[in-house]
Amino acid sequence: MDFAGASTRLESRLAALDSPVRLVFFTQTFDCGSCLMARQMVDRIAAESDQLTVVEHNLVLDKAEAAAYGVDRAPALAVVGGGDDGVGDVGIRYYGVPAGFEMESIVEAIELVAAGGAAAVAAGKSALTDETLDAVDALERDVDLRVFVTPT
Amino acid sequence: MRLAAASPRITVSVIQATEFPDLAQQYRVTGVPKTVVDDAIEIVGVLPEADFVAQALAARA
Repeated sequence: MDFAGASTRLESRLAALDSPVRLVFFTQTFDCGSCLMARQMVDRIAAESDQLTVVEHNLVLDKAEAAAYGVDRAPALAVVGGGDDGVGDVGIRYYGVPAGFEMESIVEAIELVAAGGAAAVAAGKSALTDETLDAVDALERDVDLRVFVTPT
Repeated sequence: MRLAAASPRITVSVIQATEFPDLAQQYRVTGVPKTVVDDAIEIVGVLPEADFVAQALAARA
């Protein structure tokens, strides 16, 4: 199995996960040409580790879940930790078909969520500099980042 | 995504621009990566981490 050309290194990183992570996927039945392909890619990611669980919601029918995750489009993926108890959402969303270079950042997001989110980052498990972590700690308001990318 | 993981205050949405042309148009995406902070600040391209953080997390008047 390969991730659309990505290296097997990503697969082994997923296989090494030791905490549960939920891949909360939002689809919609009509007018979503890429939802099926996105779901297939999410399934391929999840197949690499017993710690990964796919939870699918319908954007139109499951309004409560869509609102809870702040998702208003499909296909969308939320990377959420904490097993089945509904906690562990650190605010990571991915809109579109996971592929190419973005697979690397999704795998990293999964690793960070599995390791405990902020606690893992504070413990130095991300590549962020101390200066960045200081700036993040000093935040007194919410910040929303939208990062536009294209398939690579 | 690292930033989102670092703080419960930060949310990050990665958006495939070609799949959501309406959003790409709304946020005037002409090149990628393009980051839009709080619907207000636009950062085009890949910046050194310190510069990106300074722009993305800068307190706004």
